Amino acid sequence: MRIGVLALQGAFREHLDVFRGLGLEAVPVRLPSDLAGLSALVLPGGESTTMRRLIERWGLRGPILEMARQGAPIFGTCAGMILLSKEIVDGEEPVLPLLDVSVKRNAFGRQLDSFEADLQVPMLGDAPVHGVFIRAPVIDRVGDGVDVLARLDDGRVVAVRERNVVATAFHPELAGEARFHRVIATMAGAFDEPGEGAGRRRHPTRRAAAR
Amino acid sequence: MSVDTSTWVTKKGLAQMLKGGVIMDVVTADHARIAEDAGAVAVMALERVPADIRAAGGVARMSDPSMIEGIMAAVSIPVMAKARIGHFVEAQVLEALGVDYIDESEVLTPADEQNHIDKHAFKVPFVCGCRDLGEALRRIAEGAAMIRTKGEAGTGNIVEAVRQLRAVTGEIRRLASMRDDELFVAAKGLQAPLELVRQVARDERLPVVDFVAGGISTPSDAALVMQLGAEGVFVGSGIFKSDDPARMANAIVQATTHFDDPKIIAEVSKGLGAPMRGIELGAIPEGERLAVRGW
Repeated sequence: MRIGVLALQGAFREHLDVFRGLGLEAVPVRLPSDLAGLSALVLPGGESTTMRRLIERWGLRGPILEMARQGAPIFGTCAGMILLSKEIVDGEEPVLPLLDVSVKRNAFGRQLDSFEADLQVPMLGDAPVHGVFIRAPVIDRVGDGVDVLARLDDGRVVAVRERNVVATAFHPELAGEARFHRVIATMAGAFDEPGEGAGRRRHPTRRAAAR
Repeated sequence: MSVDTSTWVTKKGLAQMLKGGVIMDVVTADHARIAEDAGAVAVMALERVPADIRAAGGVARMSDPSMIEGIMAAVSIPVMAKARIGHFVEAQVLEALGVDYIDESEVLTPADEQNHIDKHAFKVPFVCGCRDLGEALRRIAEGAAMIRTKGEAGTGNIVEAVRQLRAVTGEIRRLASMRDDELFVAAKGLQAPLELVRQVARDERLPVVDFVAGGISTPSDAALVMQLGAEGVFVGSGIFKSDDPARMANAIVQATTHFDDPKIIAEVSKGLGAPMRGIELGAIPEGERLAVRGW
């Protein structure tokens, strides 16, 4: 299993470190050729306006969408969540519209409003997730096929999953929180080798051709 | 749910989000929009770029708050602004305006010849300049959440930036090679707190993000410092003193991302027009060097 982290800009080293700390192979992705053979892709935090331009400039959009269409898990944090949203409040064009949500950039304000808070994420068990929110976005509208994974006390949505795409408004990679990365690794394993009970096991030779 | 704002993690974390990116000096809202469109991760709002500050002489101070607010309103990326070294009231004013980062900068005329700002006392994070590892660790001890080497601002000459970056990374490698019982003397030599020296020796990197500033004026300059270990770049005069700022800005952004891919650097370097003219360091009188400000 090899997990890619989009390394155009932002906190990509932190994600690579989390996966490597779990004993997994993780590689930076800067060009479409880097996507070959990956089992999952992470879109890290950073500046979404910068990443949007670099994704378009180097032709990454189509190949990433195709990877997602084939079922590879995609995980976006903060700016990554903005890139994955179908709708961006205040009119910017979506980049990789894989999540049927509407996202608001800098939803809490400027840097002085950045904060840390413990969150309940039932999917990850009882121990709270320590959320680091830096000029963070928030999800305004959630589509029918989207699972809400975490909310703030005021009800605002800060983590979601739709099929093979997971996104958080906060930064687990800055808080020593590896549970999201474990989930992504598990999904990546199922993508590589749909096991017994997966009910969609493909013939090995056909699978090789498809990748 | 308890919520903590402006923690050390969020201060340092914003700099982590800027890594691999280009922070551009801008003097108007139009410049700021050009920078954002070119892919800047943040802009530094100031009244004059360093090359013009150098040319004008006199005392350089914090910019007009209305000009900073105009730039904050014009772009969605983070906005930084400069305060004079030791001028904690300028920093208070910038915090009151709500800027995202304060640069306690040698480009402005220092306000205190002994003391830097106590940056722990602020909710807004600070970036500070350094010429070597000791200076970097002293600034971090005072609360800086991000470091940049100073280079020699406004010269378009990369030589000081390279010297200082090599000084920092070389000293980090030296610490990493030491026995624990040698770190006491190393800390004394660096004039830096022992705890930070131990941390650097263990992690083999600074405890905060480290950018390079002062002298970057081409895509190759940016890639050079990235290959030498910088985590991102500040470009001051190099963009808006070049022939075609929008193209130059975009090319430096591309070269910073693809810093280890010479074919891409060659591609983005084609037909950019003239970079800023630049100054040979030897032509600058000792008293007009900016990098020696701060201690």
